[in-house]
Amino acid sequence: MEISLRDLITVFHGMGFGALFMLAFSGAIAELYRMSAVGAPTPTPQGQMLLRVFLYAMVVLAWATVLSGAYFIYPWYRAVPPLGTLDLGLYPKALLMASPSTSLWHSIGMEWKEHVAWIAPIAMTMVAYIFMKYSSVLAKHRQIRTAALVFTIAAFVATAVAGAFGAFLSKYAPIRGGATIQLLQNTEK
Amino acid sequence: MTQNFDTIPNGPGAAAILAAGFGCFLVGLFALIGDAFPVVSKFFTFYKPTGALSGVTTSAIIIWLVGWYILSRAWHDKNVEMKWVNIFAFSFLLLSLLLTFPPFTELLQGK
Repeated sequence: MEISLRDLITVFHGMGFGALFMLAFSGAIAELYRMSAVGAPTPTPQGQMLLRVFLYAMVVLAWATVLSGAYFIYPWYRAVPPLGTLDLGLYPKALLMASPSTSLWHSIGMEWKEHVAWIAPIAMTMVAYIFMKYSSVLAKHRQIRTAALVFTIAAFVATAVAGAFGAFLSKYAPIRGGATIQLLQNTEK
Repeated sequence: MTQNFDTIPNGPGAAAILAAGFGCFLVGLFALIGDAFPVVSKFFTFYKPTGALSGVTTSAIIIWLVGWYILSRAWHDKNVEMKWVNIFAFSFLLLSLLLTFPPFTELLQGK
């Protein structure tokens, strides 16, 4: 069982950082919404600590996702093939642009994904800071809570767009190449 | 040093919210002008393998963090009108979502 280095890093980017970040949203949005409800009880110190750790983890995952995408995967995606290259399998952008039936996956999908994704780490860094700063008195700052919830929802939408197009792009023009890593050896004869 | 949480003003939170909205907006704005003007795209190419995306995002992040720091210093002990902070921050956020959507930016550029 083998995997290429580029495949592995793409899996970490999408399924490791990105998907975990996406999964974490359900918890964050539910907790923020619960705290915004009229008469919601103040969370216990342990609950506040847990939420802060949860949000810090989301911030780390969000930055890891966009930075690995922009500085590892995107250069492989947008690499320009040498003149006369017939097999565009190692050049995903060129492969998509070579056909009118796939070019919009780049000009809408990738162009949207590569920029909108950055909204998520900026927004979640702010939300984590708000929780760190205001902690138990957040209940007294309704408009700050509302802003945190709105930015969290926007980060979720941005991540959903980036994640969905990432999944489609990896179907039509997967990132290939790099050193081969052997994960398991077949011992059957 | 202990902090009395009951008396934390809303200024630091407002600074973080407004700066985050503006930072998101800058990502969209820089992406738009980078796409519209080749000379700007060239300027934003901080790291050639990543192209203009490297400069668009790095510039937006630096301005966001510097703006956050300046607002935090200015508002650290103040209570500000949160209604207006949220109106501006949400407007920036909405614009950022629009400015990163290629069909909208192409419409703005008349393509």
